[in-house]
Amino acid sequence: MTIQEDTFHYPFAGAEPMQPPCQWAQARESGPLVDIALPSGDHATLVTQYKQARALLGDARFTRQVPADGGVRIAATEDGGVFSRQAGAGMAMFEGPGHLRWRRLVAKAFTIRRVEGMRAGIQQIAGELVDGMIAAGPPADLVSAIGDHLPVRVIGSLLGVPPEDHHRFRSWSDAILTLTKFSKQDADAARMEFGTYLAGLIEAKRADPGDDLLSELTQISDADDGRLELVELVITGIALLVAGHETTANMIGKMMAMALAEPSRYAEIVADRSIVPGAVEEFIRFDTNPSLGVPRYVTEDIDLCGTTVPEGATVIVSPAIANRDPRRFPDADQYDPRRENNQHLSFGAGPHFCIGAPLARVELQVVLDTLARRLPTLSLAVLHDELRVKSGLIVVGFDRVPVQW
Amino acid sequence: MSASGPAVTSVLRIVADEDRCCGSGNCALTAPQLFDQREDDGVVVVLLDDLPAGEFEQAARTAVASCPTSALQLIGGSGA
Repeated sequence: MTIQEDTFHYPFAGAEPMQPPCQWAQARESGPLVDIALPSGDHATLVTQYKQARALLGDARFTRQVPADGGVRIAATEDGGVFSRQAGAGMAMFEGPGHLRWRRLVAKAFTIRRVEGMRAGIQQIAGELVDGMIAAGPPADLVSAIGDHLPVRVIGSLLGVPPEDHHRFRSWSDAILTLTKFSKQDADAARMEFGTYLAGLIEAKRADPGDDLLSELTQISDADDGRLELVELVITGIALLVAGHETTANMIGKMMAMALAEPSRYAEIVADRSIVPGAVEEFIRFDTNPSLGVPRYVTEDIDLCGTTVPEGATVIVSPAIANRDPRRFPDADQYDPRRENNQHLSFGAGPHFCIGAPLARVELQVVLDTLARRLPTLSLAVLHDELRVKSGLIVVGFDRVPVQW
Repeated sequence: MSASGPAVTSVLRIVADEDRCCGSGNCALTAPQLFDQREDDGVVVVLLDDLPAGEFEQAARTAVASCPTSALQLIGGSGA
C-alpha cells in the first residue's frame, strides 16, 4: 500500500465537468494502488495506473463477484448495490468456464460483421431523430433528442422488445444502477418488475419466435442441455437491456459535450468526417465523467506488478484514471482524434471485456457523423461548465446537453 | 512481396488461443485483412497464419496489442 496523508473519497467529484477532477492525477501519482473511502463508508483499494489496471482486469484471481458477506459495500443501500446483488441464482454465468459458455452464446450478436450489418438501421434512426430536431428548430437538448432514444431502440430491436415497451427500461435501469439515489426497496422492486416483464416476454417468444436474440436464446434455453438455464436467460435479458442502453445514452451526451466544448474539435470533424472513428475512440478514452469503475474481489494475496494486494481486499479499477496515465499514453491529457494504439480501458479488459463494445462504437460513430453532416454549425447553448451530471447512479451522464445551430 | 519493403528474412506467424478469446472483435476491427470472427460464437479466425515479415506487420502488432484477453501472439518477424 501507499503512504497517504489524506483519505480519498470516491467517486471523485470534479469542480468542472469538462476537466478531470484534480484527485485523478493526485491519486495516480501517489501510487498504482491507493486507499479510498466509498459512499457506504467502507474502504477499498483504487487501481489508478494503466499497467496494473490492465493486468488486474485480465487476472482470474480477482473475481467479479463482490460477495455480500465478505466484500465491502459500494452503494449506500444496506446491501451495497448492484455489484453485491448479483450473487445467488445464475451465479455460474458470471465467472470462469460458466461465463465463457455464456459469452459464446451471446457474442454472435455482437461480432464486428453483425454490428456493421446494423449500421444502416442505426443510421436511419439517427436520421429520423435529427430530422425531428431540425423540424422543431433550435435550441435542442441532445440527451432528450437523441441519447434517450437511439440506444434503447437499437438494443430493444436486437433483443426483440416491442417498441411500445422501450420507455419502461429507463426507470428500472436507474433504480438497479443506484449508488445513492434510490433505496434497496426501490432497486429490489425494479429488479422484480423487470424480471417479471422479461419472463412474460420470453413466454411470448416461445409461443411466437421472431428474428431476434431473445427468441434465439429462448430456444437454446428450452433445449435444456445445460447451455442456458431459464434464470440465466432472464438475467441475460436484463443485463443486455440495462448495459446496452444506459451507458451509450450517457456517452452520446458526454461525447457531444466534449466535441462542442472546444469548438475546434467539432470543426475538425465537420471538415473531415473520416476521423469520426478515431474521435469516438478518443472521446471514450478522454471522458471526464466516467462511471464508478470496475470492482474486483481478491481471493488470495496477490503480487500485482510489485505491490501486494491482500486476500479479502476489494479493489476498484478506474479505467478513466488509467486512461490518462502518462506512462501509457503520450500527452495523455491532450485530445487527439488521430491517436495511435488507443487501447483505453473504458470497455474493460480480460474475459469480461464489454461484449457490446462494437455496437456502442457504431452507435456513437453514427451519431457524431450524422450531426457533423447535418448540423455543421452545432454549438453548446450553455457554457460548458454549466453542464450537470445526473447524480447518485453508478453510471454517469449529463442531465441535458443544450445545443443550437 | 513489396520490393520497396524491408527484406523478407523470416516469416511472421500469428497464433490465436481460442480458449482465451472473449470474442471482443478488437482484432477484426483493427486488422480486418488478418482477422475475422466465427459467426456462431464470435471466436477469432486468423485469416493469414503466416505473413512475410514487413507485410502487415504493423497491423498485426496493433491487433495483437488490442486483444483484451491477450489471446493473440506474434511469433518471429523483425521487431521484438
